[in-house]
Amino acid sequence: MSLSSQDIERIAHLARIRVTPADVLDVQAKLEGIFKLIDEMQAVNTQGIEPMSHGLDMVLRLRDDAVTETNHREKYQKNAPQTAEGYFLVPKVIE
Amino acid sequence: MSWNTFSTVAETVKALDDKKVSAVELATHYLDRADALQPILNAYVTLDREKTLTEAKVADDNRAAGVAAPLLGVPIAHKDIYLIDGWRTTCGSRMLENFVAPYSSTVVRNMSAAGMVTLGKLNMDEFAMGSSNETSYFGTVKNPWDTSRVPGGSSGGSAASVAAGLTPASTGTDTGGSIRQPAMFCNLTGLKPTYGICSRFGIIAFASSLDQAGPFAQTAEDCALLLSAMAGFDTNDATSLDRPKENYSLDLAKRLTGLRIGLPKEFFGEGVAPGIAKAVDEALAVYRKLGATTVEVSLPNVKYSVPAYYVVAPAEASSNLSRFDGVRYGHRAAEYTDLMDMYKRSRAEGFGAEVKRRILIGTYVLSHGYYDAYYLQAGKLRRLIADDFKRAYEVCDVVMGPTAPETAFQFGSKSDDPVKMYLNDIFTICANLTGQPAMSLPCGVDENGLHVGMQIIGNYLDEARMLNVAHQFQLATDWHTCHPSI
Repeated sequence: MSLSSQDIERIAHLARIRVTPADVLDVQAKLEGIFKLIDEMQAVNTQGIEPMSHGLDMVLRLRDDAVTETNHREKYQKNAPQTAEGYFLVPKVIE
Repeated sequence: MSWNTFSTVAETVKALDDKKVSAVELATHYLDRADALQPILNAYVTLDREKTLTEAKVADDNRAAGVAAPLLGVPIAHKDIYLIDGWRTTCGSRMLENFVAPYSSTVVRNMSAAGMVTLGKLNMDEFAMGSSNETSYFGTVKNPWDTSRVPGGSSGGSAASVAAGLTPASTGTDTGGSIRQPAMFCNLTGLKPTYGICSRFGIIAFASSLDQAGPFAQTAEDCALLLSAMAGFDTNDATSLDRPKENYSLDLAKRLTGLRIGLPKEFFGEGVAPGIAKAVDEALAVYRKLGATTVEVSLPNVKYSVPAYYVVAPAEASSNLSRFDGVRYGHRAAEYTDLMDMYKRSRAEGFGAEVKRRILIGTYVLSHGYYDAYYLQAGKLRRLIADDFKRAYEVCDVVMGPTAPETAFQFGSKSDDPVKMYLNDIFTICANLTGQPAMSLPCGVDENGLHVGMQIIGNYLDEARMLNVAHQFQLATDWHTCHPSI
């Protein structure tokens, strides 16, 4: 498969990563090489095969609907770039 | 028993028991060595002498008070992917350059409960994405055997630190070979356990269905001690296996008479460096002498491991790494125009090139219209590969082969070509896709004196047997006792 520079820009937007016009060609070339490797798996006929996500085919547990955690807001917010009165601050999104 | 820099974990426990050395003396010795070798090896990202010596003092006090803990006072260094309350935890990334963990991972808590003293946080490929430690924001780790060569990755600091005698043991994580390949490159024993026996809680997630924690040490005997401390059911990890705690040292002494070793023809073909093939053949001869038999098996779908992995791992990474948005923690760009621009610039600046590539691949394969062709197809291939192994275990007890197709390579020799780098993990990735336990142990050197690793892939939950198989080999050989002159 081949990727256009528009494809790269679309994916980068979905991934919320700024890719400068100067980077697009290099990213495009490297991704094409990687997809050439990935596309080898399309040769396998997997019709009727059940996909696997866990080797021991375990089922997810349920837990009791009970509070287990205490409030660590202040400690956790110490790592935040910008906070005020217990809130995380972001650039203005509502006019 | 006397004690020295290269004493094993088992020997260190004995020396502590016999009062030949104290936890504070051990911690001081290894911290001094770490400081002295940091400019050469760059194995650590963070050291905190005060924290470490406080822990060591507590261990000595506990010992004096008669507190029983299996590894009380033994030093351990952790890959910088494990959260430790109050320690900076970077995951090798600019994104988390100033992140201080607000709680500890379960594995670290388990090891602390066993009495181990934390020496520091070890360098690694950024977000564990790499096979050479060249993607770390904090600089490359050098291989202590030859500083012009890579230590392997992604747990490069974990391997270099044990090999250079900066710590008797370390933790790593293995998503596609990140414990086993550096273990081979640095002449160590490293184990990736069955998916689900070590909790992933508090380990920064890369690919959640593949990530597993495991130990690095000089010997299989040490790995058994370490795994016994690390593993255990944890309600905080939804994929943790609910099973009783296991003592992985119990079977170490068993004879290997009658052991059936499966040799996949796919692991011994072209593409394996001749020096590696020779060392592995010689190791197999040792096993036959120890009473094992070998049988050829076939894993016809294993050749699709690398393509399937480069769908599954980036897909899960793109989802996991979406949490780094410059809002709650991590890097935020200094200048931006609006919220969207803030996200895009923060992530562009905070992540390195390889991490961004993988996020882009993952985003693409999960994007509208591509899910069936990529993620679903890769999931089906995982099943086919697991079925191949299931058939193999009908005629053998363990599978063996080389850990990697080539020995430790020079810095820069693959860093411009991601595909070339990815193919270095060709033998290790399958055990992550299937969730089986796998380990690497030292088994010789190639024509350049570079170390070769033998990979043992076991059936699910068969760690005790694998460690027995590795330990018996180490009783008969001395490759694991070689140390670099550094």
